[in-house]
Amino acid sequence: MMNRDLISKKNFPVFDAYPGLTYLDNSATQQKPRQVLEAVEKYYREENANPLRGLYDLSVKATEAYEGARTAVKKFIGAKSEREIIFTRNASESLNLIAYSWGRENIKADDEILVAVSEHHSDLLPWQILAKEKGAKIKYLECSESGEYAAEALKKALTPETRLFAIAQISNVFGRLNPIKKFAEICHENGTLIVCDGAQSVPHIPVDVRALDVDFLAFSAHKMLGPMGIGVLFGKEELLEKMPPFLSGGEMIEYVTLDGATYAELPHKFEAGTVNAGGAVGLRAAIDYINELTFEALEQREDELTALAFNEMKKIPYVNVIGADDPHDHHGILTFTVEGVHPHDIAAIFDSENIAIRAGHHCAQPLHQFLGVQSTARMSLAFYNDENDIERFVSVLGSIRRKMGYGG
Amino acid sequence: MADNFYGEVLTDHNLHPLHKHELDCATCSQHGVNPSCGDDIVLNLQLHNGIIENGSFTGSGCAISQASADIMLDLIIGKTPEEADHYRELFMRMITGEITDDELEELEEAGALQSISKMPARVKCAALGWRTLEALLKAKEEQNEDIDKS
Repeated sequence: MMNRDLISKKNFPVFDAYPGLTYLDNSATQQKPRQVLEAVEKYYREENANPLRGLYDLSVKATEAYEGARTAVKKFIGAKSEREIIFTRNASESLNLIAYSWGRENIKADDEILVAVSEHHSDLLPWQILAKEKGAKIKYLECSESGEYAAEALKKALTPETRLFAIAQISNVFGRLNPIKKFAEICHENGTLIVCDGAQSVPHIPVDVRALDVDFLAFSAHKMLGPMGIGVLFGKEELLEKMPPFLSGGEMIEYVTLDGATYAELPHKFEAGTVNAGGAVGLRAAIDYINELTFEALEQREDELTALAFNEMKKIPYVNVIGADDPHDHHGILTFTVEGVHPHDIAAIFDSENIAIRAGHHCAQPLHQFLGVQSTARMSLAFYNDENDIERFVSVLGSIRRKMGYGG
Repeated sequence: MADNFYGEVLTDHNLHPLHKHELDCATCSQHGVNPSCGDDIVLNLQLHNGIIENGSFTGSGCAISQASADIMLDLIIGKTPEEADHYRELFMRMITGEITDDELEELEEAGALQSISKMPARVKCAALGWRTLEALLKAKEEQNEDIDKS
């Protein structure tokens, strides 16, 4: 049964501490509902011990809390088993794990890695570094000016040497949903693995890794109501099984001698050192929150607010929205420019009105080069924003050119 | 917060800069960037008989970086490098909030950027032209020392 109350800003204590704040930087990080904050606190108050190690009751409780979070993640993204869910610090670390562990075993000189040109630096730099180290080639898949990737272009870009294709399910600049299922099919026909950056999709749409048939999926808890410092790597079990550990240390071993070690089973092989159990518990509470609200209600609300903002922005002269012409293709992400005004000045004027937006290259410099703009401004919303936030945003946006000294 | 940030002085220098152009007679130039925000300028000076006889800048960036560079050139053209460096020192103290009222008066129009001291994220934008000036003067001084030694 859907719980309507969960859609309200009232559940987010930051808005009590910072009344009047219009927060439109949700793609960077989302605010945290009380339910998540309380779950993290409850863990540290009542269940804290070092998970997976202690042979006493409290440690068993901590282990249950941590592993229970893993099961919640498994169900949330439709993975086959808990063995496919690795806890990391964030999506960036998840992607680095693939590059360091899978990449160093499987990429050779003259192999090709195909990367979507709109990728966030997190899904680009690990591949650039890997390619450089191995003498492999990086190739870019280009999109249309509105951010669309064509299946035909992907087919053409793949060669017998392409080992891996990296692409976000939803771009953090365009907000457009890429047809990952179709792309996975095309990649697999070519014997190429597909890595999907889910940082902007998992918080906003239902994602099912088995339906999509992706080989890897990375995402962060903090962009979906959860705490910072906890993220997830999903990998197909048969791939993870063959991969060497990424980091070494406590709790990732089976047996250690002075000469070497045998490694722990999945998923603990990839979770060296004391884990972020409090973070995992917070992520679980975030998942519970979304499940109780339902994706249906969440998507409907975000779509409504995106359309409202998009249609109002289109009416303002000198404002250009980057990407698709249909607001439904934006998933709460509206990247824009104001002619004659530098994005940092745009953000400063919004800040003076207590409205938080992002300005710069959004960690996607190659995309900005491709689009021929130095930087852009971005507003990104979440279900807990409301019509008042959008009205305030639009009203300030309409005043920017005047404030910057342009007449009329 | 950016209250009154974009006053008339700033927006006017940004939209209608006096000194934003190439300078064929330049005797020295210096490139300056803010890598995190992409502000990027080249500062050109014509130094003659110990006086900054002319100056210009080219490049791109936010209103604060561009206006600040233009205002700086207004202030230093016709002055000696030592005087220019004195203004630089005053300006840097102003935008980090450590300046007296008398000193503020010395800075003339550049004083309009004082409120930037309340917005730490933008200090580097306002400072770009001045940091570039510092680098240019320092390079020039080292060059002169080399000439003296030889």
